[in-house]
Amino acid sequence: MTDSTMTTRQKVEASMRRRRAAETRFRLYGMASVLFGLLCLVVLFGDIFSKGTSAFSQTVLTTTIEIDGDYLDITPDSSESDIMSANYDGLIKRHFKNDVQPKGRSEARSLFSLISSGAGWQIQSQVLEDPSVIGKTVTVDLLVDDDVDQWFKHEYGNDSGSVRLSEKQLEWITGWIESDALKTQFNTTFFVNGDSREPELAGIRGAITGTLLTLLVTFLLSFPIGVAAAIYLEEFAPKNRLTEIVEININNLAAVPSITFGLLGLAIFINIFGVSRSTPLVGGLVLTLMTLPTIIISGRAAIKAVPPSIREAALGLGASKMQTVFHHVLPLAMPGMLTGTIIGMAQALGETAPLLMIGMIAFVVDVPGFINDPSTVLPVQIFLWSDSPERAFTERTSGAIMVLLGFLIIMNTAAVMLRRRLERRW
Amino acid sequence: MNYSTLLIALLIALGAAYFLGRNRARSLAGQGESMHSLPTHYGALTALWTTLPPLLILIMWVMLEPRIVDALLTMQLPEAIRTASEAEVRLALSKVHNIASDPTMMGQSDLGSVAAHLVDLEQRAAILKGGVILSVILLGVAVTWRRIQPDLRARGEVERIVRIMLFASSAIAVLTTLGILVSVLFEAVLFFQKVSPIEFLFGTTWSPQVALRADQSGSSGSFGAVPLFAGTLLISAIAMFIAVPVGLMAAIYLSEYATSRVRQLAKPALEVLAGIPTVVYGFFAALTVAPFIRGIGESVGLDVSSESALAAGLVMGIMIIPFVSSLSDDVINAVPQSLRDGSYGLGATRSETVRQVVIPAALPGIVGAVMLAVSRAIGETMIVAMAAGLAANLTANPLDSVTTVTVQIVTLLVGDQEFDSPKTLAAFALGLVLFIVTLALNFVAIKIVQKYREQYD
Amino acid sequence: MSIIENHKTVGSPLSEGAKLRARDVCVFYGEKQAIYNVSLDIRQNEVIALIGPSGCGKSTFLRCLNRMNDTIDICNVTGEILLDGDNIYDPRVDVVPLRATVGMVFQKPNPFPKSIYDNIAYGPRIHGLASSRVDLDEIVEKSLQRAGLWNEVKDRLHAPGTGLSGGQQQRLCIARTIAVDPEVILMDEPCSALDPIATAKIEELIDELRENYTIAIVTHSMQQAARVSQRTAYFHLGQLIEVNATDKVFTTPEHQLTEAYITGRFG
Repeated sequence: MTDSTMTTRQKVEASMRRRRAAETRFRLYGMASVLFGLLCLVVLFGDIFSKGTSAFSQTVLTTTIEIDGDYLDITPDSSESDIMSANYDGLIKRHFKNDVQPKGRSEARSLFSLISSGAGWQIQSQVLEDPSVIGKTVTVDLLVDDDVDQWFKHEYGNDSGSVRLSEKQLEWITGWIESDALKTQFNTTFFVNGDSREPELAGIRGAITGTLLTLLVTFLLSFPIGVAAAIYLEEFAPKNRLTEIVEININNLAAVPSITFGLLGLAIFINIFGVSRSTPLVGGLVLTLMTLPTIIISGRAAIKAVPPSIREAALGLGASKMQTVFHHVLPLAMPGMLTGTIIGMAQALGETAPLLMIGMIAFVVDVPGFINDPSTVLPVQIFLWSDSPERAFTERTSGAIMVLLGFLIIMNTAAVMLRRRLERRW
Repeated sequence: MNYSTLLIALLIALGAAYFLGRNRARSLAGQGESMHSLPTHYGALTALWTTLPPLLILIMWVMLEPRIVDALLTMQLPEAIRTASEAEVRLALSKVHNIASDPTMMGQSDLGSVAAHLVDLEQRAAILKGGVILSVILLGVAVTWRRIQPDLRARGEVERIVRIMLFASSAIAVLTTLGILVSVLFEAVLFFQKVSPIEFLFGTTWSPQVALRADQSGSSGSFGAVPLFAGTLLISAIAMFIAVPVGLMAAIYLSEYATSRVRQLAKPALEVLAGIPTVVYGFFAALTVAPFIRGIGESVGLDVSSESALAAGLVMGIMIIPFVSSLSDDVINAVPQSLRDGSYGLGATRSETVRQVVIPAALPGIVGAVMLAVSRAIGETMIVAMAAGLAANLTANPLDSVTTVTVQIVTLLVGDQEFDSPKTLAAFALGLVLFIVTLALNFVAIKIVQKYREQYD
Repeated sequence: MSIIENHKTVGSPLSEGAKLRARDVCVFYGEKQAIYNVSLDIRQNEVIALIGPSGCGKSTFLRCLNRMNDTIDICNVTGEILLDGDNIYDPRVDVVPLRATVGMVFQKPNPFPKSIYDNIAYGPRIHGLASSRVDLDEIVEKSLQRAGLWNEVKDRLHAPGTGLSGGQQQRLCIARTIAVDPEVILMDEPCSALDPIATAKIEELIDELRENYTIAIVTHSMQQAARVSQRTAYFHLGQLIEVNATDKVFTTPEHQLTEAYITGRFG
């Protein structure tokens, strides 16, 4: 009732109930939005961590096995290539056949499938390291197949059986558990191996090396070019139409979808300049173009923050414009520029899409040694693994994500600390 | 000599030339000459003239060598291949390169002799390259050494060169844009020679697989991109539906309501969301959110695709929340306090002030921010590549699987690329559309935000 | 000029039947105290001018009268301010009806980025003062007429308020305040951003508004205080030094600080 006989004060009071409710609602929406954002963060991290922590442990089967020189047809004096080509897989199979006594061929096959196909290499590398073990009996921790690994880490003790393992296989495994032969240990394989089709043999070292090489190329190119461009635009560029176009261009470029940089890399670097695909070199070139706008924009902000009084003082002492910039302005702007560069590098580190275009998605087992070796990078490795049906790969994907996030946290913390430590107040 | 050796040689030359130039200037000064510039300027000048010309030659060499080599090889190819189609020449050339890199294959192919020629060519090119670069380095040192005289204005010359280098660096940004445009445009034009732009822009069937049999839909696949555009818009719309209200309300809450303590904690925490790589979001969408939504859908009897647009859009929305909120935060903070005071002075509540004064005042800026966010959603690749499907369905049902422009670009270009097949070229046509649309959005958005800022400055 | 400890305001700060009574008001910005124990009564239908050198706390005090200082986080007010006998700093008091009753006009004209009509209609709309469109039109017209702006803008009510001249904008802001039908209007240096002609118009307006409203005006200009107010309060470094009839303050000030200020020895 808003009667004309009511005074203003009464009318206002009358409206208050509705308005207080609206105020509370609005405030709740706001709070809910912030909480929703934070919740997403928690869920995302929680999800990745709960899936990925187990990637850092690996199940192994401890067994004593005789390195039978007669069977392998080698002696401690055999040449390295003979030792390399000996049939270690056969040795392991024979060992388990004698040990477990499977009935028939198919049972034997299902027994062998419990052991990783990399077990032969484990024995091989042990023998290569010390040929004197030939003919002796050694105790080794053999990698088990990813199905066993997953079952032991996640389902053992739940009484839930297994989809991927048969009754018989579970019986053998339980036998191993009872004799304390099966245990988990820190998953070094994950950090020292390159990619593999077998989850238990797959590692991220190749991807990490590829990432480091790619970022090295990116840094070596984008930092000097970005700083030079920022200096030019802020200190030397005449204020004209051309400069304005360059500025608009840089701002727009920072917002262009990253995938178009991949198209550029493919069409120009690979097809026209003939840079070989899948290499850190071409990846670094593409990421350089992508991070340049970030570095230039932050670099300009850093230069702008240097007070004009410092320039005037230097110019007043008779320094040339160039000397003023390089001796006085640049050192003061450096912390800001470095911070921007680290942030740009962090972006480049997480970037995936453009690298898919230029072939960094290839399946590369070897760890790259130089910037023109075929390689992949960590985010692409994550993309590749996430597509694999094996549960062990899901786990490793999450593990790789944790490593990637770890790198990002380190870089961003470094940027924040740098900003704090080197921040100058004029 | 390979490139890394040459680069190291250049670095050594750089250092050596600097010291040579500086010492020459010092010794001249020591003889009582009055030099125009400082010795370091002469050093820098020598270093620049010693390393820049060979560096430029090296870059040109990198660009030109493969073409010249291929041209020479083509002449060596058997008559039959040379007169056949361009594609076959290219195929033969790549075979030759493969053979040349693996000596065991040399004798096994009829192209073996050409491969041997290639090996020979490469060896000669390497020697020639090393010779040319080294002599240019020496020439640079020698000429500059002789030029170092008391009246040489080294400082001015060094500064001019440095200035040109600075300019060249800033020009790279423009060249990048041009590079994107040219590369995309060039291949897209080739595509449009095979497929009409009308069909591409308005056709509603997308099946880029070049058919094996002639009776399948269009013997060269069909390239109607409308389902892709629709899918992109659907997923972007879902993302915006999440990101705009949540991002905007979060920005409002943090700037108008929250205590400074809450703000200091919540703001960086939200920004962490923006720093997470998109591939991580993709993984989260594909392995956690999509099955979750599917599970919910099944429990209420809905048929949800395992690669639903909803899952991809939802996660993309989460990714964009901090983007919208930090842009809106800037915009809202730019609204002068005097407007808020005016509203409070009349007895408005906070929410009335925000809704009826602050938001309308900030509207242009918010529109700009949303446009930038839309451009980001349209161009986002990894989330959709991992969580959205490949099926080009033309649907508005968020529970269905749709595909997007970016997903198709990735799919078409990952794996074997044939630059004469419309399948590969189609990716560039899609890239062209993507580039133009996002560039236009960014351009307008950045202009709007700039205008808005100036209004309250 | 040192601060006089526990200074007692000279003149006649208190009076019977006042509209607003301030008692022992202190204001703190964090650790820093800006106002020291100010007690002042503002009478119904008078124009009281608050004067003093910059930083003396006159604006801060004015902003206490409708709790505008609440919008500043670190600001803390002690003492009491009674509006028609009710303490406005009582925790149960809602600032919304308070500010509808005690309106405020600011130093810089701050029209909302809306049309002239919507600027005036904003207050009545949020408070639900108009029961119909016709009612609202009437309020808008009446408010603009009272602010002396009607004839200048009646043909362009839907043009943006920001398109008016500075003086017109300030009268628009006054009209906006009047539209809510407040009982007290606080003006914080309303003419400091205006040229002399616009200032003269506003001063004329203030004089007319006195019939219906109680007005407290902070001003930098002593001439303006002399022209528009009946009483004048002189603030110095956060203390209220002297309150007297305007004529008396400008002719025979009681306190030496007041005298020093009006004779231009500082300020």
